[in-house]
Amino acid sequence: MIKLENVTKKFPGMKVPAVKDLSMDIKKGDICVLVGPSGCGKTTTMKMINRIHEPTSGKIYIDGQDALKMDPIKLRLDIGYVIQEIGLFPHYTIEQNVATVPREKKWSREKTKQRVDDFLKLVGLDPEIYANRYPSALSGGQRQRVGVARAMVSDPPIMLMDEPFGAVDPITRARLQNEFLRIQERISKTIVFVTHDIDEAIKMGDTIAVMRNGELIQHDTPSDLLSAPADEFVSSLVGRNRSIKRLHLIRIREILDDVDRAKPAAIDLPLQEIEKRIEESSIRSVMVVDRDNKLKGVIGIGDLKKKAGEVASDYMNDLPDSVTSDATLNDALSVMLECGEGYVAVVNEEDQYQGTITLGDLLNVVKEEG
Amino acid sequence: MLQTLREWLAVPLVLAAAGAAIVVYSVNNPTDRLVASYLTYGKVMDSLSEHLWLMLVSMIGATVVGVLVGIMLSRPGLFYIGKGVEAIVNVGQTVPSLAVLALFLSVLGLGFRTAVFALFLYSILPILRNTFAGIVNVDSSIIESARGMGMSPFRILTRIELPIAYPIIASGIRTAVVINVGAATLATFIGGGGIGDLIVTGLSLQREMIILNGAVLAAITAIILDYLVARFESYLVRWS
Repeated sequence: MIKLENVTKKFPGMKVPAVKDLSMDIKKGDICVLVGPSGCGKTTTMKMINRIHEPTSGKIYIDGQDALKMDPIKLRLDIGYVIQEIGLFPHYTIEQNVATVPREKKWSREKTKQRVDDFLKLVGLDPEIYANRYPSALSGGQRQRVGVARAMVSDPPIMLMDEPFGAVDPITRARLQNEFLRIQERISKTIVFVTHDIDEAIKMGDTIAVMRNGELIQHDTPSDLLSAPADEFVSSLVGRNRSIKRLHLIRIREILDDVDRAKPAAIDLPLQEIEKRIEESSIRSVMVVDRDNKLKGVIGIGDLKKKAGEVASDYMNDLPDSVTSDATLNDALSVMLECGEGYVAVVNEEDQYQGTITLGDLLNVVKEEG
Repeated sequence: MLQTLREWLAVPLVLAAAGAAIVVYSVNNPTDRLVASYLTYGKVMDSLSEHLWLMLVSMIGATVVGVLVGIMLSRPGLFYIGKGVEAIVNVGQTVPSLAVLALFLSVLGLGFRTAVFALFLYSILPILRNTFAGIVNVDSSIIESARGMGMSPFRILTRIELPIAYPIIASGIRTAVVINVGAATLATFIGGGGIGDLIVTGLSLQREMIILNGAVLAAITAIILDYLVARFESYLVRWS
């Protein structure tokens, strides 16, 4: 889909080239993450694809066509673009911001409106509430979402993203990453994603390209990168605790079938039954769900003595946090550490109970993979 | 629509009525015959219209030229020239307005045209400076994302840069109007006419009533114009 051939970029007045003789292939529908320390040329490489920077020498092909011979304006209209600072237009409403490319492409007003609303919904912003607001009235995470919606709205086959989730707090970032991966599953764009965060690279990438001093050191799948780093630099970048990093690679739903799934308790389950379930469970607790299988709370073994009552709802405690089944094992681990419990409940997008993951399950995975 | 029009015109109309009242009173109750022979409706209207023409012509010229040159200098290729021009403009601004008028008197001679030209040059400065500064200070990430999404340089200028720089450009125009109103009363010294005529004549005839009429009219014009431009400035800017 995207092919770079011996691409070199030398900025005027600089002695060393920012990118040196770089060749790589990016397959259709893949997320390729460019990763490396700052100044390694990863952003420059990305920006040569839509010709924000013109390569000094070399060739760039997009879908077999020579990108350097195309009209740059036309080329860019079909490449979604998100940068770290997002660059929302402060004098445009959210709706007008997202409608930027449709307006440049002269779409009809109805079609634009429809698509803008669809994409605002897709990134989790209610158009009724947000369409007519200005960017200054939005939080950092919401602005990132608008930026992503703006880049995707005209359905470009390729997207370039330069640290799109860089400027938000870690919790919001993890949520945005998971949401984005969920969206990507549906739309499967070819994405070039730049980050300096190796954890983000491992989580987001179908392939990872490690760069240093303008050179491509290794371009591999995350799994191969972790098991066979090309040199010292790559292995120091991925770090020592590689088995923990593997947890980024595995989604909870992939192991959910293998774990011992304790049956949840209905909200009106009598005391005797609850006692039995807790006895059987490895975590000495049982999750409580309502009629729609929505997660309501948890009963630990201690709660049976502390409280009095007849059915599950009398003993139930609120659950501090849960994870969705498309989160990574690493997300599950951080929730466990944060809550100080050896387990975490897994729910789907509608908050329906899917199962429980324990610390032991994670250990098993690490043992098997290692 | 009618509502906004009323809002916009209320203050100017009240002020204009006050000015008219003073003129009517003075013309009907002159303190002596000298005042009576000089201070007629015809003379006052002539001075006032001359004054407004002076300002209107020089301001429109200054706005068009100032904004265009400001935009030109803000283009990447001319950026450093723009920085140089900005410095010269800042120095030029410190030259007293009477000196500017006198300077052009020696080149272009007496008359209305000289006055217009001097006012025009003097008013360009803040407009040019603010247009340039307003555009080059638009956040570079905004420009980059616009470029990356496939907007042409011209579209970026008209849809992104100018609207975002608009409040700064407008405040430059407002500064120019204030300077222009002040300097316009001095046009009389080089035969440019205007309300300055009333004040200078009043001074030389030692008739306070004539001076008062000139001063009041000059002040009221200044306040009205400043008010209108300020309204115009805040109009359209809903986002910040």
